[in-house]
Amino acid sequence: MTGGPRRRSPSVAIPAESDVLVLGGGPAGTWAALGAASRGARVTLVDKGYCGTSGSTAAAGNNLWYLPPGGPAREKAVAAREISGGYLTDRRWMFRLLDQTWDAVGQLADWGYPFPTSDDGTQRRASLQGPEYMRLMRRRVRRAGVAVIDQSPALELLVDPDGVVTGAAGLRRQHAGERWEVRAGAVILATGGCAFRSGALGLNVDTGDGALMAAELGADLSGMEFSCQYGIAPAFGAQTKGLMYQFATFTAADGTELACGLRPGGVLEVQRAALYSQVYAQLDLAEPGIRSAMRWSQPNFFLPFDKIGVDPFARRFPIRFVLEGTVRGTGGLRLVDDGCATAVPGLFAAGDAASREPVTGAVSGGGSHNGSWAIASGSWAGAAAARFASTRAGQWRTAPLAHGGGPGLRPRAARGDLRADDVVEAVQDRVLPLRHNRFRTAADLRESLTVLDALWPVVAGGLTAADGDPRSVLRTREATAMLAHARWMYRSALARPETRGMHLRDDSPQTTPAFARRIRVGGLDEVWTALDVAPPALLRTEETEETAVP
Amino acid sequence: MIEVISDSRCVDCGICVDVCPTNVFDLSADGPPVIARQSDCQTCFMCEAYCPTDALFVAPLAGPAPTGSPLADEAALEAQNRFGEYRRWLGWGHGRTPGSRRDQNHVFTARALSPPKRAGR
Repeated sequence: MTGGPRRRSPSVAIPAESDVLVLGGGPAGTWAALGAASRGARVTLVDKGYCGTSGSTAAAGNNLWYLPPGGPAREKAVAAREISGGYLTDRRWMFRLLDQTWDAVGQLADWGYPFPTSDDGTQRRASLQGPEYMRLMRRRVRRAGVAVIDQSPALELLVDPDGVVTGAAGLRRQHAGERWEVRAGAVILATGGCAFRSGALGLNVDTGDGALMAAELGADLSGMEFSCQYGIAPAFGAQTKGLMYQFATFTAADGTELACGLRPGGVLEVQRAALYSQVYAQLDLAEPGIRSAMRWSQPNFFLPFDKIGVDPFARRFPIRFVLEGTVRGTGGLRLVDDGCATAVPGLFAAGDAASREPVTGAVSGGGSHNGSWAIASGSWAGAAAARFASTRAGQWRTAPLAHGGGPGLRPRAARGDLRADDVVEAVQDRVLPLRHNRFRTAADLRESLTVLDALWPVVAGGLTAADGDPRSVLRTREATAMLAHARWMYRSALARPETRGMHLRDDSPQTTPAFARRIRVGGLDEVWTALDVAPPALLRTEETEETAVP
Repeated sequence: MIEVISDSRCVDCGICVDVCPTNVFDLSADGPPVIARQSDCQTCFMCEAYCPTDALFVAPLAGPAPTGSPLADEAALEAQNRFGEYRRWLGWGHGRTPGSRRDQNHVFTARALSPPKRAGR
C-alpha cells in the first residue's frame, strides 16, 4: 500500500449543451457517437456505468453477422434467416446491416483491434472479445472529441414546446447524486435492453431505462413478445455464455440423457426438464485436442469453472437457465426510418434499445446479429441525429424545456411504503421463471398481468423515499422501467396466440400465417397492442419494389 | 461476486471505482477502495480486467461467498495464483500478447451451425 494522493482520472465536466447526446456507452452508443462526431456534431456520451465495461458486449464479447460482399453468401444467409426468423425480418435492412458491418469492422482493423490471423495471413474478423473491443471503442470515441461522462445514469428526457426531444437529465452517482442536464439538438437512446436484473453476464445495467423515457413521450415498441431468451449458466453462477454448450451432454438428476449440443429442440427439452428437477451438463463431446482453442476463444466461459475448481469436461455440473430478456431477445423501440428515428421527433434508438425484428425476426439475435446490429444501428442513428440537429431551427438552444419523466421519478400521490426492491422482486417472480416466461399460456399470462397491472398505479403513485439518499431515485426508475417492460412483454405475448420463433405458447403450439406480422405495443397507464397492418418486407415483396425504383 | 481487495497488492489508484459498471466500490479516505455495495456486483470480472496490480478477486458465485470459503480468503487465493487470472487470459498487462490473437470462435460458430454427426461413444 502506498501513501499520498491517489491517481484518479480527472472528472469530466458535463457540457450544458451538445448537438447530439448519446445515452449509453456500449457498442451501439459508441458507434453512434462516432457516427455523429464524424459529421461535425459536438457529441456528449453519458453512461450509467463506465463506457468500456458497461453492458453485455464488454463482459461477454460477441461474434458478428459478418459476410463478404459479392458472391452468394449474403443472399443465402438472408434467405435462411428469413425462414428461421419466422418471416418477420426485412430483407433490405438485413443487406444494409451486412454492408455497414463489413465497413465498420474494417475500421476496427485499421484502428488496431488485435484480430487473429489465419494460416494464409488474412485476419479473421467475425469475433470480438468484449474487454478488448470496448476498450478500443472508448479510446476512439474520446479521440473523436466526444465528451464521455461515466457513472451518470439518465433519468428522463427533455422536450421543447413542440414536443421535440431536446436533451436529457440524470444524476451523477459518484458525486452524491448531483443532478445533470444536457440540452441537445437530438438524443440517441443506446441504453440497452431489459434483462430484469437476472444476473446474466453483464446484463444488470440493462434495466430498460431508455424505453421507459421514450414511452413517456409516446414512443411505441415492437416485438416485445420475443423477450424470453434464456442463457445457460452453471448453477453456482450466472455466466451465460452459450456457444460452448454445443459440446455438452445434458442429463437429468438420475443421469438420463436429455439432449446433446445446441439443437433448438434439444435445448427446449432440457428447459422442460428443468421445470421439474435439477438438470446437468458436461462438455464431454469436446475432444481433448480442441479444448485449448475453446479456452482461448472464450476465456470468460472457463474462468468461473477454473476459479471454483470444476473441470467442465471431466464431470457434469448443475446448470440453470437465466433470463436474458430483450437483450438477447428481439423487442424494443420501434424504428420508423432508415436513420433509426423513433416515433418521437428528435429521438433515435440503437442497439438493444431498438427492436431488432428487421434483422433477427422472432429468434434471438444471439451475439452475432445483435453485435452487428449494435454497430450498424449505432452508426445510422449517429449520422441521422447529427443531420437532424444541424437542420433544426436554432430555437432549441434557448427554448424552455419540459421534463418528460413521470412514474418512479415524480410521485403522483402521497408516497407509499413499497420499496423499489419490492417491485423488482414482484416483477422477477413473474418474468424470470421458465414456467411463466418460456412456456407461456393465455391463462398464466393473464395471471401475471393481473399482478403487474395492479402494481403500476402503486409505482406511479410513488414508492417510498425513506432512505433519503438522492441516488435512490435511480432504483425506483429502474424498477419502474422493468415493470413497464414486463407489462409490454406479456401484453404482446397475449396478442400473439400462436407459436413463432422464441415465443412459445403451450396453449397454441401452431404457427398461424395470419400472424406473420409484427406486433406493436405501447402505453404506460394503459398498455395497448396492435397487429401491424403491413406484412414485413420479405425477399419476394422487396424484389418487386426494387425493380420499380430506377 | 467481488470478494477480495488485496491490501498488499492494491496501490489505491481507484480505477476499480471508475470502471465498475454497477458502482460497487467506494474510495476510502486512506487506503484501498472498499466494497461498498457487494449485492450490486454482477460478477462480470471487469474490475479484475482493469486492475493494474491484480489486486482484486471476483468469486464466480452469483451470491456472496459463504463464511470461511477459500474464495474469500486472500492467502488461499494467493497460494493458488488466482489473482490476475483473467488478465493473463486477456493478455492485458505489460509485455503480454492480446489473447484475442488466439481467438478461434470461427471454428465454434461454424460447428454450431452445422454440427458433426454424433460419434459413437
